[in-house]
Amino acid sequence: MRKSLKALLVLPLLLMSLVAGANDAPPAAADPDLEKRVMALSEELRCLVCQNQTLADSHAELAVDLKNQVREQLASGKTEEQVVEYMVERYGDFVLYRPPVKGSTWLLWFGPFALLVGGVAALGWKLKQRGKAAARADDAGSVSDADLKRAAALLDADNQANRKDPA
Amino acid sequence: MIPELGNYSLMLALALAFVQATLPIAGSFNGNARWMALGRTTAAGQFAFVTIALGCLIHAFVTNDFSLTYVASNSNSNLPVYYRVAGSWGGHEGSLLLWVWMLAMWTFAVAALSRQLPDETVARVLGTMGLISIGFLLFMLFTSNPFERLLPAAPDGRDLNPLLQDFGMIIHPPLLYMGYVGFSVAFAFAIAALMGGQLDAAWARWSRPWTTVAWVFLTLGIFMGSFWAYYELGWGGWWFWDAVENASFMPWLVGTALIHSLAVTEKRGSFKNWTVLLAIIAFSLSLLGTFLVRSGVLTSVHAFATDPERGLFILIFLAIAIGGSLTLYAWRAPSVGIGGRFALVSRESMLLVNNVLLLVAAGTVLLGTLYPLFLDALGLGKISVGPPYFDSVFVPLMVPVLLLMAIGPFARWKESLVTDLARKVRWVALGVVIVAAGLAVALSPSPMAALGILLALWILAATASHAVERVMHGPKGTPLLRRIASQPRSYWAMIIAHAGVGIFVVGVTMVKSFETANEVAMRPGDSTSAGGYAFRFTDLREVKGPNYIAARGTFEVTKDGKPVSILHPEKRLYTVQQMPMTEAAIDRNFTHDLYVSLGEATAQDTWVVRVQYKPFVGWIWGGCIIMSLGGFLAAADRRYRVALKKRSETTEAPTAGAATVKAAAVKAV
Amino acid sequence: MKRFLLPLGIFLTILLFLGVGLKLNPREVPSPFIGKAAPDFRLAQLHQAGQTISKADMAGKVWLLNVWASWCVSCRQEHPVLMDLARTGVVPMVGLNYKDPREDGIAWLRQHGNPYVMSAYDRDGRVGINYGVYGVPETFVIDKQGVIRLKFTGPLTKEAVAEKLLPLIKELNRA
Repeated sequence: MRKSLKALLVLPLLLMSLVAGANDAPPAAADPDLEKRVMALSEELRCLVCQNQTLADSHAELAVDLKNQVREQLASGKTEEQVVEYMVERYGDFVLYRPPVKGSTWLLWFGPFALLVGGVAALGWKLKQRGKAAARADDAGSVSDADLKRAAALLDADNQANRKDPA
Repeated sequence: MIPELGNYSLMLALALAFVQATLPIAGSFNGNARWMALGRTTAAGQFAFVTIALGCLIHAFVTNDFSLTYVASNSNSNLPVYYRVAGSWGGHEGSLLLWVWMLAMWTFAVAALSRQLPDETVARVLGTMGLISIGFLLFMLFTSNPFERLLPAAPDGRDLNPLLQDFGMIIHPPLLYMGYVGFSVAFAFAIAALMGGQLDAAWARWSRPWTTVAWVFLTLGIFMGSFWAYYELGWGGWWFWDAVENASFMPWLVGTALIHSLAVTEKRGSFKNWTVLLAIIAFSLSLLGTFLVRSGVLTSVHAFATDPERGLFILIFLAIAIGGSLTLYAWRAPSVGIGGRFALVSRESMLLVNNVLLLVAAGTVLLGTLYPLFLDALGLGKISVGPPYFDSVFVPLMVPVLLLMAIGPFARWKESLVTDLARKVRWVALGVVIVAAGLAVALSPSPMAALGILLALWILAATASHAVERVMHGPKGTPLLRRIASQPRSYWAMIIAHAGVGIFVVGVTMVKSFETANEVAMRPGDSTSAGGYAFRFTDLREVKGPNYIAARGTFEVTKDGKPVSILHPEKRLYTVQQMPMTEAAIDRNFTHDLYVSLGEATAQDTWVVRVQYKPFVGWIWGGCIIMSLGGFLAAADRRYRVALKKRSETTEAPTAGAATVKAAAVKAV
Repeated sequence: MKRFLLPLGIFLTILLFLGVGLKLNPREVPSPFIGKAAPDFRLAQLHQAGQTISKADMAGKVWLLNVWASWCVSCRQEHPVLMDLARTGVVPMVGLNYKDPREDGIAWLRQHGNPYVMSAYDRDGRVGINYGVYGVPETFVIDKQGVIRLKFTGPLTKEAVAEKLLPLIKELNRA
């Protein structure tokens, strides 16, 4: 029974390995701290053959190769910055999910905060303008007595209606 | 035969759309009542024909008609019938048909439930929706027809993408489209208002329930996508800032700003221009999303089969629809009045700040999503903008929103004193800081996490205190339930929705700060651990599904020796497309999830297994659902139903058909 | 008054970029090596396992480095074009057999023809990574000083050879 089960398993496993590229998995007794660093860095690097996935999440062969490179280099004592430099040297800025801060990305990195400051400032200025315009309107015209009486009557009727049916 | 019927129905729908888009609007300007009335009739007709078309497509799927290219690409005779039905919107062409059907449905709903609106307004709203319909129907009929024949017919289909063979994936697109398309109603109301030059509180009152319902659906749609990704993709992630995810998030942010802005316009008649602009922007972002997903301009796991020719068509449609509406806005907005006055510190100004902040947030997401394209187009190289960027930039931007959100309800309309506000919230603020400090000592979180916890507590506590105070202020002697019921639904809607946000923030903060994962190669008998739980791999066997074979593992989870649960993650191979799929096994609890997924097989029975401990991840879903509940409650507020009822009572003796529609309308709301 | 035109202005700018974007390929990764020295390598030869091949072997010549594999379908597509190019003798081509079992690579060349003066055997793909290879086939044009001048991603076509490669090779040969 077990033999045929094993045989049944081989086919899908073979198929799966062909599709996904079975590679050496991290050994069961791996250094957990190193693995954490590998994971963290892999999550910042892009899988170049996938449709928008990190090295950490992708099972593509190139992704596994690059992740192994990351592991090897970190294990040999290189820093995260050096590994990143290694990747960028070969694949360009495209491989980084955190875009580098350079001239061409200033707008990207500082734009949002500029927008925030600008937006709030514009709002504040606009509100002040409104306040000034309203104050000017107050000073400018005065309402006639007849109009005031009409207004009071209308307000009264409105209040009565509201008491019956608060919306 | 039936597919041809479907195709013909679409053409008829297009013809009706042409009528719907022209005569009613023209009639609204020259006072032709019959032309204006055509709006309702054509809307009903369009809905009928598009429904027939959708029915024909679903029929083709269910009966395995592989003589249609679209069915052959997205179905298979071994596919369970419920997935075959879902397959009708699983690909580009069919999803467009679903979009058009949703649009026809919303249009019909507006036509049916708008008896209390003036005829000119209804004519213009329906006309505008007709214009949008024309765009999509033309796009479908000319470039993406789901009824295209494949001759000779394929013997069997290529199967539905295994990623889509899941319940979550069945309902995610319909929910999402209900939201996207729902914003077209707010958009149409805005255009109608600009056309007529009449923007008053009544207009806001009419738009509001429609916009709120659309917002609810969009919230649920985004939630569903995230929820699905979490359990289906196998690595426990739930948001990747992928271009298409962003395409759904941007309209949500602007939609949130819109529902708050509408509140002000309705109550105080202020912000009219601003609200109209937000309505245009929200729907424009929906349309932009359509473009991004289907044109191939951005890389995404979600993208449909990309085709620059289709992309060009949508781009032209965008230019006309959005360009046209923004031009109309530039022309008409200056003549709209200013509206009620309010002080620098008041509920109005706080809501305005909310709007600005949310718009900046949406703008940031847009900037990040399109930036690689900008640089590439300018020849400045290729970059990637991913989660590290968005997490660094977006999260800090949301801090002021979350902070002010809790104070907003305490501010009074027209004028509020800062000292007054401070007095109302000082005890809550103090309590929150103390609790947060205590938690910081107990959990030693990172600064960002501490801030998140603080904000979440702040929102929850301030919102709760507002509700408690409101309820306590009832006349003495009234029972608690009566006091609760005496508050309008829209009040409880706000409380619930804001609480939902707080719960969501708890979930996000806790998961991102305290989750742990372990990825190791294991064979039956091995053990590993995460988050204080031990996971023992006890069994591995093969199972067969209707259209897949799978390796199924059994994991016993224990904590401190005590059994917690047994999990069965699977790695499936869908036979037709030869595509492997991960089915993660999740033990969901109130305070945490335990997550096990199989990665790759490295040997006969050795698998790379990822086990994860995810604290409070369920609160992310809970928060979204509670937010939606709040939104739903808001749309069901009495004043909308009362208005409907009044109008239906004062209308003349209706025909049997109209009476049924009205009765359904009154019941529905 | 003008501020009401701002939303329209912003939209038109975005529209312009989206229009240009339709002509671009978001998945293509440009090579950061253009104009830089080709990474050095020393690998065993594909056919003669005992012999090595290195970048220095091609110094002083303008040459092509073509990355291929027997499991790559597009490589099969571009192979006739490579054979034609090899026959003209305009430029020597070195093959980089990428992540392929040796026997498969040799058999594939035997079956479809060998356009390369030499083939390097990159079993684990390290040299490929050094060159920034992310998919096969890829072709590099390298000048007499060993500087990479062009990278072509994807299967070569007759047009691509005629329009992109040959003019550059001619120019580099004159230098």
